[in-house]
Order: sequence, then structure tokens, then C-alpha cells
Amino acid sequence: MTAPNDVVITGIGLLTSLGEGVEANWAALRDFTAPVIDSERFAPYTVHPLPEVDWSQQIAKRGDQRQMEAWQRIGTYSAGLALEDAGIKGNEALCASMDMIVAAGGGERDVDVDTMILKRIADGASDIGVAINEVLTTELRPTLFLAQLSNLLAGNISIVHKVTGSSRTFMGEEGAGISAILTAAARIRSGQSTHALVGGAYNTEHPDMLLSYELGHHLMRDAWRPVWQRGQAAGGGIVTGSGGVFLVLERRDHAIERGAKIYASLGTVAADLGPTGAQETRERLDRLAAETGLGETDIVFSAVSGADGRTADEKVFLTESLAGIPVRGLTTATGNLSEAQFPLAVALAALSLSTGEKLPVLDPDFETEADTAPSSIGVLAIGFNAAEGMAVVRKAEGATA
Amino acid sequence: MTRFTDHAGRPVIAITGAGVVSSLGSGKDENWAQLTAGQSGIHRITRFATDHLRTTIAGTVDFMSPPEAGSVALSYAMAEFAVLEAIAESGLSQSDFGGPLFLAAPPVELEWWQRIALDADGATSGGEPGYQRLLHAARTGSHPAFFQSAQFGTIASRLQQRIGTRGLPITLSTACASGATAIQLGVEAIRRGEAERVVSVGTDGSVTSEALVRFSLLSALSTQNEIPEKASKPFSKDRDGFVMAESAGALVMESLESATARGATVLGILEGCGECADDFHRTRSKPDGSPAIAAVRAALDDAGVSTGDVGYINAHGTSTPENDKMESMSLSTVFGEAMRSIPISSNKSMIGHTLTAAGAIEAVFSLLTIRTGTLPPTINHVNPDPAIELDVVPNTKRAATVGRVLSNSFGFGGQNTCLVIAAEPA
Repeated sequence: MTAPNDVVITGIGLLTSLGEGVEANWAALRDFTAPVIDSERFAPYTVHPLPEVDWSQQIAKRGDQRQMEAWQRIGTYSAGLALEDAGIKGNEALCASMDMIVAAGGGERDVDVDTMILKRIADGASDIGVAINEVLTTELRPTLFLAQLSNLLAGNISIVHKVTGSSRTFMGEEGAGISAILTAAARIRSGQSTHALVGGAYNTEHPDMLLSYELGHHLMRDAWRPVWQRGQAAGGGIVTGSGGVFLVLERRDHAIERGAKIYASLGTVAADLGPTGAQETRERLDRLAAETGLGETDIVFSAVSGADGRTADEKVFLTESLAGIPVRGLTTATGNLSEAQFPLAVALAALSLSTGEKLPVLDPDFETEADTAPSSIGVLAIGFNAAEGMAVVRKAEGATA
Repeated sequence: MTRFTDHAGRPVIAITGAGVVSSLGSGKDENWAQLTAGQSGIHRITRFATDHLRTTIAGTVDFMSPPEAGSVALSYAMAEFAVLEAIAESGLSQSDFGGPLFLAAPPVELEWWQRIALDADGATSGGEPGYQRLLHAARTGSHPAFFQSAQFGTIASRLQQRIGTRGLPITLSTACASGATAIQLGVEAIRRGEAERVVSVGTDGSVTSEALVRFSLLSALSTQNEIPEKASKPFSKDRDGFVMAESAGALVMESLESATARGATVLGILEGCGECADDFHRTRSKPDGSPAIAAVRAALDDAGVSTGDVGYINAHGTSTPENDKMESMSLSTVFGEAMRSIPISSNKSMIGHTLTAAGAIEAVFSLLTIRTGTLPPTINHVNPDPAIELDVVPNTKRAATVGRVLSNSFGFGGQNTCLVIAAEPA
């Protein structure tokens, strides 16, 4: 069943509200009772905040840390965790030939500078354009732009971890994370690449990040509840989380040759985008499920966004098209990590398969017990605004993780 | 190697359509006429107030969408135009293209006029100006257009809907190499056999005062505002930075086999792509130029050609002191003594640096160079930099038969991507 050019997962880097590293995250999920949330700081919104992190563990130079805004630090840090986990960190030859696809949004703006400008204008500045220029030219930090620029997360990973084989940054919310994994896997399978660092990072603890969701009325304002239960909650159904997720994907023979541990193998990945009406969405989901074999898996790990309409459509798809297959809405535990959502679900699927441990029910009202430890897991992501993606992750034969 | 496969046994990639918009105009004919006439599209900025700004010139595209519509609307409008021109030339369907879309687009965020409008709306909450008011306005009002303009996937979604591309479109950024990366991703998809045809487009309509301030703070922009059309002077001694500009460029690419089967006109061959990331610094390249050198070599290797096969180089040539020096040094390393006799010119001397779109529009101009036998000039070349010994096709176009072009794109964040484009095989 295995081929030398199979795609296997050999490294996982996780930094979420549940903790840092694969062990802490898996332990928190295995014994899940409640998420780590903060409902005060951005009230009326709840977020899953980042834990305390000693950045120097993966970003040795203070100077490098200072050149990044939070999401870049989160990403660079979790990329380091993944490289370390794969036994590639510090290996110059493997890093120099390693491909990289990063799923990224934009960086964080300077809240103080923005506030200064808004105040100047609210106070009746005579020429708005001139007032904006005046404040920006005098107050903006020279290096902030680089700390905001989408492709500079990848740039920082190159600088800090020396991954330089190739560097591509995909954008577009959850869809970017889906495309990143899809493309990296397709390149490996076809012989265009041997090993790749793939993932994304998101910092939700910034008002501008919340604003981009709330302009579409997507954020939940009621007391926290599991992701499947938000249809009647005040506001939308999204509760966001900070976090970074990176994977090392590798050709099976490349991994075996260097004696790497193999978490799991990554089967077909498929994705689509189109009008988000219920029926059109369902047609795409059914087609993607047939393409990937999602219906033949033991359990589905869903990166469910929580967005009202999209989540309602997802529930119908799960109950009708995947009837009888247990599902776990991972977002209940971590919050929505945007670009990192799909990579997160793939990572947790690989962890469940390699540990041979089941993920418990995260929401007893919608999710059902799984009988046995899975040998294959379907990964599903339906983007809150657009894009759908699926993948099948299988237990690695002779896995050593 | 057969007619339809390359030196590595992969499908040969045919270019069957190309489209452009720049400050010089819309469409290939208008752009090429102006570009080969040495016409500059750089002008004084009128779209917004430039008081307090160190740079007050740019190559803005002011004829595609109303100025108040904002960057996302302009980036979309230019991309749509370029894509439709490319698809029309290819003879494929403009509403049911049937292959994947690879889009290089600038990062998006709410614009100032939107923030200001929200803050004013949020004033009813009684709070101080700032994000609390913006969030209040977002929560209590209806802003679907603002919402979509702040989503990174919006332009690709709209394009997909407009032209009927398939699958999940990829929106990407590799800074100033983005346009080339969009083409590279398309090439790779055809080589993998995932698609018979792709459309790759780079677009950038993001000249705003904040963008100018950001680049100014990095000392990246020319401040030679007095005569706008003379500010961009790649490879000149007195070059002092790039001139920000807007454009879109698109290519339709197909496997040569499928293009031939449907009787399409093959405009050229996309022979190879190469890239290498730099781990040295966020804005500066490694002093020995090794990543740029590796990217050029990777592109030539990928194309299965050697340095002697390249007839012309479409330079990244930004007009920054750093880039032009590094590019010259890197090329001299790869090409050796022969570099003195290979013509190389920079479109940016006329259209400015169109950032996310640059690699795509320059690929279109590379193709036109081959097809018309005309090398576009590097204008404003009055004080050559004595440290740069290149034939930059100074100031006026030159007739030349070119069989193969190397097109370079180097960007912030250590992004280096090069393309090799060749004439249709006889």
C-alpha cells in the first residue's frame, strides 16, 4: 500500500492556547474538559489566548524577536518546533534544500498610531489626508512594515531557521492553509520536492484582527459554548484563537533514508471554492468527499469555523453524507486559528494516529464516542467566508513515532 | 524529449495568451508602443494628499476604477482586465476558463477612509476615537463591502466567479517576486499533470499614502520628485530608490500538447523557473549574492539551457542602490565575461516598480521582446554607474532577434525567483 513517493508527516510544531509542543497540546486535548479562554480583554468577544512563551527557545536572537510582530513570532516559533521535532533543525543541508509554504494573513497595525490619527480627525482636522500623512510620517516605526508584511513570516523563518530551498506565502484565510498543504503534498508526490515546511500562524489578540471578522458580524458575543452550539448565540458563531501550526511533510523514502520518525501518511488532499449557498456548498463537499475518500475514514477532525451559515451547512453534510462517522470539532478546544486551521486539524490527526489514542468527545450534544482508536482520519475545513478543503490522514505502516 | 516534453520528460509549457495594464495604458499594444518608445508612466500623485511625504511621485493607474473605490477594487479591476485580455488572445472561454487560477495580490487591510467612516459611525457609542468605536460600528452597522475588502481571498474569489476558473484559487505573496511565483505555480501544476491550462496573474493597485510612508521609512523610494519621469534610473550612478507603481500582468499557459491539439497560436514557451530564499536580512541581500545567483542558475537548469542560450535579460532593475549593484554582480558571476555582451534592460525605468505585479508584467514584456524582436530600453541612463558594466540598452530601444529571455524578480524577505521564456520552437 505504500509507495516511495508517499507523503508522510515527520514533524509537528504546535503553539496554541492549550500549550506549547505536541505533548502539551495532545495531553490537553486527550483530557479535554474546557478550553483556555479570555472573555475580558476584548469583551464582548472571547478569545483563546496564547500561553506564556519563552521566545528565545526557538528565536535565539533578541534582535530577531524585535523585528517581528506577534503573529510572525508565533509562526517562526512553531516552525522551529516542527523542525526540531523532525530532527531537521540546525541541519544546514536539509534546511537549505527544504521547501516552504506559509499560509499568512497580514500583520498587526500600530494601535496607538491609528488611534492618534482617528482622534486628530474626530477633533476636526481641516484636511484629513494631510493629517494622516503628518501622523504616519512622524509616528510610524520604521521597521513595523516588515513586521506586518505577509511574506515576512516566511522571511523570518528563512533568517532564523535557515530554511531556504524555496519560500512561498499563500494568503486567503482558511483557504490559504488548505492550499499550502495541498500544494506541498502535490509537489512531493510528483517529485518536485522531497521535504517541505508547511503551516501558518495567527494572532487574534489585536483589535484589528477582530475587526475584520466583526465587519461581517461573525464574532460570538455570548458566553463561550462549543463550536457546534452557536447558532442561537448573540452575534456570529466565531470565537478566534491565537496559535501557530507547522508540519514537516516529506517523501516516504526521504524520511526513511534519514531515519526520521513518521507520524502518519497524508493521503489525497482536495479543495474547492465557489458560491456559498447551501446547495452549491453541499455539492462541492460531496464531490470532495468522494475524491478524498473521507467517507471511508474512522473519524473526522473538523477545523469547523463556527460561522453561522457555513457551520449549519457543515452539520448537514456531516449528518447526511458522513452519517455514522464520529466527528470532532477541534475549534471548540483551540478557537479559530484562521490560516492555521487546516494545518492544525492535519497535525492533530497525525498525533491521534501515531499515539494510537482517541480524541475524546469535545461536545457531547453533537459528537459521538468513537469505538476504537482510528487507523484513518478525515480532515475537513470549511472556510468561514469561502473555500473548502479535505484530506485523509492514515496510520503510518510501521510507524515509529 | 519529444515535441511535447522537455529535457526532463515533463510537459512543455506553451504561453497562449498575455495581458497587461500599467500606468502606460491598458492592453499589450498600447503598453508596448509606449514602452519601446521610452515613454515613462511615472507622474506626480494626485490620488491623495502628498503633504509631508518624502516621495510625491508614482506610477499610479488612474483610469481603471474611481479613486475612492480603493486598492482592492483597483487591484481587482486591473487583474480582470489583464486576465480577460490574456484569455481572449488564447481563444479560450472568458466565462468558463476551466483551469486553476494563481493570483499574486498585495496584502489587504481596511483603508483609512473606511476606518474614518467606521470611527464616525461608532461615535454614538460615546467612547473615545479608536478601535472600540470601530468595533462598535462594525457590530451595530452593516458593512458588507468593507468586510469583503479586508478578506485576503476576495480578489481571487471574484476573479474565479468572473472567468470560471476551477478548484481553490491560490492567492500568494512573495513580495516583489510574487508575479513570477504565480507563473511558477502555474507551470508546476501543468507539469504535475493537474491541469492542461492555467491562468497566472499578478496585480498591484496599492499606492496609498501609508504604503509610501512605509517604504520611505525603509529608505527604499526615490525622492527625486522634481521631474517624475526621470526619477527611476536603474543602473545609473545617481539612482536613489525605486518609484512605486501599479499594474497587472497575466499569462494563459497550457501544455504544448493541449495547445497544439486545439489549434491555438503558441506565443512562446515558459521553459523554466528557479528560486532560492535568502536567509541574510529582511531587506538586504546576502553580500556574496549567492541566493540570487542560485535562483538564476536554478531557472537555467530547470529550463535545461546554459548561459550561452540567453539572448536578453529582463532585469529586476529597481533603481535602488542595493538591488542594481547586487543584480549586476550576481549576473556577472553566473554569466562571466559574456555578461558584457548580453543586453539587459529594466522596464521599471518607465513603469516603476509594480511590486506584487512586477514579475508577471515583466514576463509579458519578455514575451513581447521575443515576439517583436525589439529590446525595450532602460531610460534615464545618463550617468552610468561605473561599477556596473552592463549593456543596459540605454535610453532607446534596439532591434534584436531574441530566442530566449531570463526575467529576474528579487524581493524583500529574501525572495528570489527567475523565469526563462523562449520563442516557440520552429
